[in-house]
Amino acid sequence: MAYSEKVIDHYENPRNVGSFDKNDPSVVTGMVGAPACGDVMKLQLKIDDKGMIQDAKFKTYGCGSAIASSSLITEWVKGKSIEEAAAIKNTDIAEELALPPVKIHCSILAEDAIKAAIEDYKSKQAK
Amino acid sequence: MNYFELFSLTPSYDIDTALLAERYHELQRAVHPDKFANSSEQDKRIAVQRTAQVNDGFSTLKDPLSRAEHILALAGIDLRHESTTVKDTQFLMQQMEWRESLEDIAHSEDPDAMIAELYASFNVYSNCISQDLAGLLLSHSESDLAAAADLIRKLKFMAKLQVELERIEDAQFD
Repeated sequence: MAYSEKVIDHYENPRNVGSFDKNDPSVVTGMVGAPACGDVMKLQLKIDDKGMIQDAKFKTYGCGSAIASSSLITEWVKGKSIEEAAAIKNTDIAEELALPPVKIHCSILAEDAIKAAIEDYKSKQAK
Repeated sequence: MNYFELFSLTPSYDIDTALLAERYHELQRAVHPDKFANSSEQDKRIAVQRTAQVNDGFSTLKDPLSRAEHILALAGIDLRHESTTVKDTQFLMQQMEWRESLEDIAHSEDPDAMIAELYASFNVYSNCISQDLAGLLLSHSESDLAAAADLIRKLKFMAKLQVELERIEDAQFD
């Protein structure tokens, strides 16, 4: 299967790989996994007190499409509000990376990672 | 197709694998296309189809993970073609840590010891899941089967780790 140029670019030069200090109160984490392929994805967001995403980092164990999808969303969510980030759809990711049908689930995983991070944000806000 | 029926076994996660192998060889002989060399074209075709079924059934029931999936499939829960996202943070953190350990093997001082240690950890964890799974798969309640599905998803991540570790171990010898 041929990967698109954008997937290869993100795969070879992943943006924002790594972790933030999880004890930093402004850091929230979304952990998701896909049992079908065993992929594991961690997305961390640094959110200021106005609910704006200052920074994002990811760590993904998976195929090129999963790495590219998570790399792309770290770029997309930076500077966005929580609400704007929550509106990112897997179809946007799949379209941007020109993912073939068998790799659509990688973009779903990335969307779910954003949602999981936002859930973590909300549960922390509620405390 | 109920493969347990095909092999005259009681549907269960814990099956007698020696008995499965025995029944497999019996069935294989009974439906072998060579026995139908002088039969009609239709009978030959049926023999080929039956042989394929018997082979599929054997490989499905032989592997614990696909056996568990088959039990759920018989109950109407299809895990093979699903694209569910797992969100159990604690479980995924553990997966992440193990993936990191796999990466560390290459620059470890004693890679063999590390590989052995990881095999042992994976085994303990998978066996724990399997024990719970065996009980749940005997149940017919919806909530128990949903819990079983969650455990099978976890076993899939463990199977992936196992494959990765085997790949790294093989590379050690090259």
